[in-house]
Amino acid sequence: MTALTAPALPGNTAGSRRVGRATATGVFIGRSVRHSLRNVEALTMAIVLPVMLMLLFTFVFGGALDKEGGYVDYVVPGIILLCAGFGASSTAVDVAEDMTNGIVDRFRTMPLRAGGLVTGHVVASLLRNLLATGVVIGVALAVGFRPTANVLEWLGALGMVALFILAITWLYSAIGIAAANPTAASGYGFALLFVPYLSSAFVPTDTMPSWLQWIAQNQPITPIIETIRAFLFGRDPGAELWWALGWCALIIAGAYVWAVWLFGRKAGRR
Amino acid sequence: MTAPAIEVAGLRKSFGSQTVLDGVDLRVERGSVFALLGPNGAGKTTFINILSTLVAPDAGAATVCGHDVVADPEGVKESISLTGQSAAVDEVLTAEENLRMMARLSGFGRAEAAQRATELIDGFGLRDAARKRVKTFSGGMRRRLDLALSLVATPPVIFLDEPTTGLDTRSRQALWAIIRDLAAGGVTILLTTQYLEEADQLADRIAVLDHGTIVAEGTPVELKARVGGDVVELRDAADELVRELPTDGTVDGLRAAIDVLDALGVPGASIAIRKPSLDEAFLALTASSTELQKEAVR
Repeated sequence: MTALTAPALPGNTAGSRRVGRATATGVFIGRSVRHSLRNVEALTMAIVLPVMLMLLFTFVFGGALDKEGGYVDYVVPGIILLCAGFGASSTAVDVAEDMTNGIVDRFRTMPLRAGGLVTGHVVASLLRNLLATGVVIGVALAVGFRPTANVLEWLGALGMVALFILAITWLYSAIGIAAANPTAASGYGFALLFVPYLSSAFVPTDTMPSWLQWIAQNQPITPIIETIRAFLFGRDPGAELWWALGWCALIIAGAYVWAVWLFGRKAGRR
Repeated sequence: MTAPAIEVAGLRKSFGSQTVLDGVDLRVERGSVFALLGPNGAGKTTFINILSTLVAPDAGAATVCGHDVVADPEGVKESISLTGQSAAVDEVLTAEENLRMMARLSGFGRAEAAQRATELIDGFGLRDAARKRVKTFSGGMRRRLDLALSLVATPPVIFLDEPTTGLDTRSRQALWAIIRDLAAGGVTILLTTQYLEEADQLADRIAVLDHGTIVAEGTPVELKARVGGDVVELRDAADELVRELPTDGTVDGLRAAIDVLDALGVPGASIAIRKPSLDEAFLALTASSTELQKEAVR
């Protein structure tokens, strides 16, 4: 039992324990990035799925949709969003796991901003999904994707993708806090993955029946897709850009407020 | 710094129509070990959650080191650490990474954090497992890491919510040794437990919580005394317990008890006089006190 005696506790007593918001958030980001790197299955999926989808849409569906082989240029933004949405969905599970494990109450009873726990997951998701986006673009270039964007337009396209990732990740985080357990979080998250199909991501909306066209044209994914597409091919996204930015800002703000409210309400209850 | 470690007056909390705490008053002196004893559902965890600012009380006042839990939660958080019922450890990280993370979150710099992690790893006998992911840990190791994480910043008050529930005897005793060392170092400890033996072993004072109210409070000796006088045990030649009788502690009472035992006619019998156990005290103090009386009559 001698090995188990508590150490002489050196003098770090109360008073100087408060850590700044930046330090705490930095530590939480480091934690979530470590989690991402160690979740081998999720990380593998985040890389394999973009490759599979890219090949599927280009070689299986692509020939039927565009005999000239130009479909790859059309579909890349859609696949980026589909993969990012999929990659971000694991955030709901990560957050739900933290919320149902005692660890969240430990952080909450420390003199720091415990919400940084969620911010850490969001930033890790952003990094993970930018990586997946890189994979999509790499594979796309290999199978014939020929964007005409200049450097600034590339940055615009990637910025739009990053903003979309942030928006959907905050939404998944709020879902993760709201869910009773990680399995439920995973289930709710799955439903969101179908939203990109009801947009201009894979086929132009004017090929859809008129009632569906209305939905497809007025949901957030379509202006985001059109903005990315415009940037990639050196066109002016016009009003689509403002719609896209507005939608992302609205989703981020709404999800953030929801997440903060839920996070406070669920303290001490597991 | 003259305020008691914990002071609670008229604390009430309900969840919906269910009253969990129904007017609790309590005072815990600095540097003492205080055990909150009670059956499942008595309100122990809710009490700890209110004191650690996780849950807001409906009525009453509670202060920790002079900080009010409602008006000054940040002051409370700077004075406490909580070890909840489920081990609050990060399973994906290693023990060392858990400790470093907690040290960084407690205001240590990188180098200090690494040093503090090493100290705690050695102090809690986690050296062999330091670089292993917590996912692979046994229940006892997890609990030890959990406690080590609570002690990274050495707060003056530590809450331990059922610290040994689900542990085997060896791990339990190891944890007891750690808790005793902490107490010897001047830390105030409020622990909850369902185990009377645990409260008896560790605590300077015990409060018995039942149905949201404190039904008794005092030192372990005082609580045992409240149940009444001594118990006379009759054992047979093989030292098996044959019968127990409560007495009022007087010579006449003792003689009467021995007469009863004598009438049983057990060959090779021996008798012993002892204080009632804390189990008996506990039963007597909570709602099921009638059972002990039945036992005495039989």
